[in-house]
Amino acid sequence: MTDIFLLQGGIHPPQHKLQSSSQPLRTLPLPSQLILPLGQHVGALATPEVAVGDLVLKGQLIASANGTISASIHAPTSGRIRAIEQRPITHPSGMSGPCIVIDTDAQERWLDITEPVDYRQRSKADLLACIHQAGITGLGGSSFPTTVKLSTEASITTLIVNAAECEPYITADDCLLRYHSAQVVDGIDIVLHLLGYPHCLIAIEDNKPEAIAALRAALQNRTDIDVVVIPTKYPSGGEKQLVQILTGQEVPHGGIPADLGILCQNVGTLGAVADAILQGYPLISRITTVTGSYVGQPGNYRVLLGTPIEHLLTATETPLDNIERLIIGGPMMGFSLQNIQAPVIKSSNCVLVPDTQELPWPDPAQDCIRCGHCEQVCPAKLLPQQLYWFAKAHEFEKARQYNLMDCIECGACAWVCPSKIPLVQYYRFAKGRSQAKLVEKYRSDHARQRFEVREQRFLQAKVDKINRRQARITTAAHQQAEKTNHSQPLSSDKLPSVNPVLQLKQLKTAVALAQTKLKKATQALSDAESMQSLSRSKLATTVAALQAGLAQAEKQFQHQQQTMGLDPEREKSLKIAAVKAQAEVRQLQRTLDDVEESGRTASTEQLATAKTLAKVARKQLDIYLQGDHKT
Amino acid sequence: MVLPQITSPHISGANRTGQLMLWVILATLPALALQTYWYGYGNLINVILAALMAITMEAAIIRIRRRPVVFYLADNSALLTAVLLGLALPPFSPWWLLLIAVLSAIVFAKHLYGGLGNNPFNPAMVGYALVLIAFPVEMTRWATAGIDLSMEDSLRITFMGFSDVNGIDSWTHATPLDLVKHKGAQPIDALIASPEMGQGLKAAYWVNFAYAIGGSMLLCLRIISWHAPVAMLTSLALISSVFYWVDPQKYPSSLMHLLTGATMMGAFFIITDPVSSATSRLGKLFYGAAIGILVYVIRTFGSYPEAMAFSVLLMNLAAPFIDYYTRPRSYGHQSSWWR
Repeated sequence: MTDIFLLQGGIHPPQHKLQSSSQPLRTLPLPSQLILPLGQHVGALATPEVAVGDLVLKGQLIASANGTISASIHAPTSGRIRAIEQRPITHPSGMSGPCIVIDTDAQERWLDITEPVDYRQRSKADLLACIHQAGITGLGGSSFPTTVKLSTEASITTLIVNAAECEPYITADDCLLRYHSAQVVDGIDIVLHLLGYPHCLIAIEDNKPEAIAALRAALQNRTDIDVVVIPTKYPSGGEKQLVQILTGQEVPHGGIPADLGILCQNVGTLGAVADAILQGYPLISRITTVTGSYVGQPGNYRVLLGTPIEHLLTATETPLDNIERLIIGGPMMGFSLQNIQAPVIKSSNCVLVPDTQELPWPDPAQDCIRCGHCEQVCPAKLLPQQLYWFAKAHEFEKARQYNLMDCIECGACAWVCPSKIPLVQYYRFAKGRSQAKLVEKYRSDHARQRFEVREQRFLQAKVDKINRRQARITTAAHQQAEKTNHSQPLSSDKLPSVNPVLQLKQLKTAVALAQTKLKKATQALSDAESMQSLSRSKLATTVAALQAGLAQAEKQFQHQQQTMGLDPEREKSLKIAAVKAQAEVRQLQRTLDDVEESGRTASTEQLATAKTLAKVARKQLDIYLQGDHKT
Repeated sequence: MVLPQITSPHISGANRTGQLMLWVILATLPALALQTYWYGYGNLINVILAALMAITMEAAIIRIRRRPVVFYLADNSALLTAVLLGLALPPFSPWWLLLIAVLSAIVFAKHLYGGLGNNPFNPAMVGYALVLIAFPVEMTRWATAGIDLSMEDSLRITFMGFSDVNGIDSWTHATPLDLVKHKGAQPIDALIASPEMGQGLKAAYWVNFAYAIGGSMLLCLRIISWHAPVAMLTSLALISSVFYWVDPQKYPSSLMHLLTGATMMGAFFIITDPVSSATSRLGKLFYGAAIGILVYVIRTFGSYPEAMAFSVLLMNLAAPFIDYYTRPRSYGHQSSWWR
């Protein structure tokens, strides 16, 4: 017998389970229309695979999973696709969502299903693909795609089968175990096979003696699977709580049970897995508890997915006019449905139609007296009243520090609250706002990063362009120099022997080059300026070097002029060019001063860019001057 | 058809703030009965008068604050404050003393801080401490144990003052804690042997016992948690036994400290006030233990014979601090001690 550990906190709300569990499992008559929302699961919406007007067979794929975290949807019966449109969906928001609507033809024609081979002979990937294709999601209420959980990389040592069903009123899992325990055990076997045969614990609350007996009968004294009967206490069925009850370990904050080598599966999900692997049936129906004072025939029903709640109510002899409120799920964590046209979906484990006596309207909230009862029942060991004060004061950051995000919204705190404060509502509000703020911050950070990277990229492109150009010029200058060397193997002091006109031409080119370089430097300076930062000294060096280069070029030019009188026209134009170059140098100097005044510090990247620019310019100048000396 | 949207949970337990307060009031009844038995009708008159005053003031101030009067009165918190004040103030306190105490408790200590749940200090103790400091003469006239005074005379004293009744001296008396405080060099044994001390102690033991009974009832009903009372009584017992062990003739025994004065009332009815005390379980232990020590220190070395009100008010101030450092470790988190 496995030891069990005490659940921290928790409450004992009235059970109200007998209303439904005392009745046999029944099948609901076929509705005339089925509405299948594309988003019945956690994750991306499924993609429709049928068109309006198509005939579909029972079990046919009508919408395929869109990625890993998504689930396929199959036709729950044969019929014709009437529409693919927005319909009210089974969601607390009361919103509409994309749905595939099927007009049923009452013929229940099945798709041809080939007899599957023994799963023990199939590969793990094959089995997982099969489960994925069957559209199976967590049927305990989470509706998380089962394949994602099953394809964990972690080494699983314990499989926990969740049959706790701790919420009042709900008896769907209880009913499944009472009538189909063998199927559940088959599902367990398949999952055990997938996970490499870890130990299996089936957790079930002690308020379900018949289910326990049925399960034990189906297990026939197997030693690899233990049925662990746990005391009835809400919320024992929460995944993290169950892990703690069965193993004494706590799932680390932000982690999943697989971090502890534990995998949890709901019994309903395991039943669906058995159906998919052994029979080849996709997930097209589920057991739903229909209960509450207004329901004429309370009990558990096998319901086709997509069955409108209205049909469910009519078929269970529930007077529609009397309904005051309708809850999908249990009274602790379920949500109130606004429109009874919404359908039963994969996660709908219970439809509760209470009268105001059994579920009275909420009392007006009184002041919090900090009695601390909420803290004593909180299964996540939070400080609910402290979180309430933070939420009320919009101090979301503080609420996060007090681990608001660890709240599982079980509602135990609100249940015990003597002042009847809707605590869970405050936590949802705070969570939403806090999350929204985080998303906002993330987005702005992201946008800023993108902007910075983009600017960097543009600058780099400019630098590269300049580098390329300079490289070309350098090559050209080298070639020129070589040419000169080849044609005139004499040193520069023997200038007079060279053709003076040619030399003057070369010098003119040199001055033009100097001008171009100055222009480049000016451009680089203004670029850097536009980035609002640059290494001042580096650029100053560049400019100084360039100035020196220019002066030298001019000096040479003058020297040449003196050596051999030239025609005044050319001389004039060269002089003008030299003056222009000087003016540009001055302008550059001014810009430099401006930058100095603004006194901004350069970021490292921009400094590097400026350095590169300066280096290139200096190198250019050196080469140029060398060439100049040679000439 | 659009059905109403209500968020979960859709059911709630039977706890109601008004009922909790009512249970606490009921739990004081044994003590009220015994206080009436030993000290005459004084406390009964106190309680009734204070209750009437408190309800009137509460209604008035809720009205001024433009809140629904009946809804807020139904939390019974004003009534509880009044009952605790009525029990704590000396029997046959003049009516105006009650009025000032209740006024400062309900209006100043509670509503001016934002009403129920927002008051940093225990309202009853604020009222008590205020009149204790302002009117020391009236506050140190405790009735003689075993007094026999008619209802008519009791009412006359309350409303007309002492001078109208004959034989005043015979019915007011120093309490055991007063006697210990002013015993001088006299050894404790000799003091206890004196008849007035004997009678006083007997009455005090009985009354404290009654508070303990009422408190245990609240514990059984889980209206209060055991943490603060147990911590306070333990720390008081420990510190007093250390001193008793050092000099049994100078310092009274633990038993005397535990069963005289307002020890039991404080342990079960005052420091368990949820609003002004520490909230986490560990926090309540620290809170209670600190009050126990403060009570001993003030009783023994301070100038007041009784120390409950001051200790509680001091620790009220420290409650948010205690709460901050005694946050429980949340599920799946590391212990926060080194944070």
